[in-house]
Amino acid sequence: MIEIKIKLNGKNVVDYIEADLLLIDFLRKRGCYSVKRGCETASCGLCTVLMDGKPVLSCSVLAARADGHEVQTLEGLQEEAKAFVGFIADQGADQCGFCNPGFVMNTIALLRENPDPTDDEIRAYLAGNLCRCTGYEGQLRGIRNYLDSCKRQNES
Amino acid sequence: MINIQKYVRVKSLEEAYQLNQNRLNRIIAGMLWLKMGRGNVNTAIDLCNLGLDEIQETEEQFSIGAMTTLRQIELHEGLNTYTQCAAAAAVKDIIGVQFRNLATVGGSLWGRFGFSDVLTVFLAMDSYVELYQGGTMSLEQFASMKYDNDILVRLIVKKAPGTFVYKTMRNQHTDFPVITCALSQMGEEYQAVVGARPSRAIVIRDERKLLSSGLTEDSIKLFSDYVAEAAPTGSNSRGSAAYRTHLIKVLTQRNLWELGGKLKN
Repeated sequence: MIEIKIKLNGKNVVDYIEADLLLIDFLRKRGCYSVKRGCETASCGLCTVLMDGKPVLSCSVLAARADGHEVQTLEGLQEEAKAFVGFIADQGADQCGFCNPGFVMNTIALLRENPDPTDDEIRAYLAGNLCRCTGYEGQLRGIRNYLDSCKRQNES
Repeated sequence: MINIQKYVRVKSLEEAYQLNQNRLNRIIAGMLWLKMGRGNVNTAIDLCNLGLDEIQETEEQFSIGAMTTLRQIELHEGLNTYTQCAAAAAVKDIIGVQFRNLATVGGSLWGRFGFSDVLTVFLAMDSYVELYQGGTMSLEQFASMKYDNDILVRLIVKKAPGTFVYKTMRNQHTDFPVITCALSQMGEEYQAVVGARPSRAIVIRDERKLLSSGLTEDSIKLFSDYVAEAAPTGSNSRGSAAYRTHLIKVLTQRNLWELGGKLKN
């Protein structure tokens, strides 16, 4: 067993883990059920979390490698997500909802990195998040509407 | 899924090298490809504490540590100024940002994967790899070597004055490429690199001097035909050999037109 210390959603966590425990399993054991297992081939983005602020696939990171790092899941970013998820829901873009936490996490990362992205930049950043229900246009419209609404608020 | 018995964050390259001599131990790099396999790993060797996750730029070269991520390659201003964004073009369609924040240059090059965009683009440059025991050698030489138990420490890209372009064909966005094509002009030398044939990328130089009198419609067609002829292709689920050969012609032509445009600017 290995001892790891992780700052998870703002709280310091110490645990003893097996060497091959994946970060996704560590997080789900800790109650972070927004982190979902999808493709198992590092392609779908369902398991996206932020490690030291960068979006990564928790299905492909050993929990041991996260030792000493800060990990954030949607459970810890509710306020930041609240700002724009309603706009995505308004477009019916979260039909079954399974991909939604991954999309939201990666959108948070996008907007932190680039607060005023073009449509092409949004598409490129979210290319690693697969959705089987929609054609991705709903998510794009939702994020665009949110950004436009922010601009209107700033102007007024 | 792989089973890992022990995880070690090594404190030195020597420690990593000694551990890596046991064939049951593995360096995990970004772990994306390794994770797809099955089997047992005795000790997972993690290089993450060795400071190899940086791109250092000097007047002569870029020194890219083995643990540098593909996302760092995509965003590095100096590297993309030098390569006229060919480096970013080569990695931008590799799955998604989250994947590229994990996948490393070292893992991509060490694997010498047939489908590698990373190997293809850097082969078009004056690139070298530094191995812990094997010393420094050209990336082209490294690409043709068999796997051994050495450690890839860094990639070195010399700032030889040059022009670079990169194109790929994918059946769908973020899938593995059906073919990868890079092209460079350094000094008087033109060279094409073709990967995902589906085997490892190879360098094809303009040995017949087909482009020596400049880029014209005729010389571009001749060189594209030559590259397609010189690059052996095979078939797999993503495309047939004939389709790949056709794509090589088309993408090399497009690369040459784009390179011609860059040269004029």
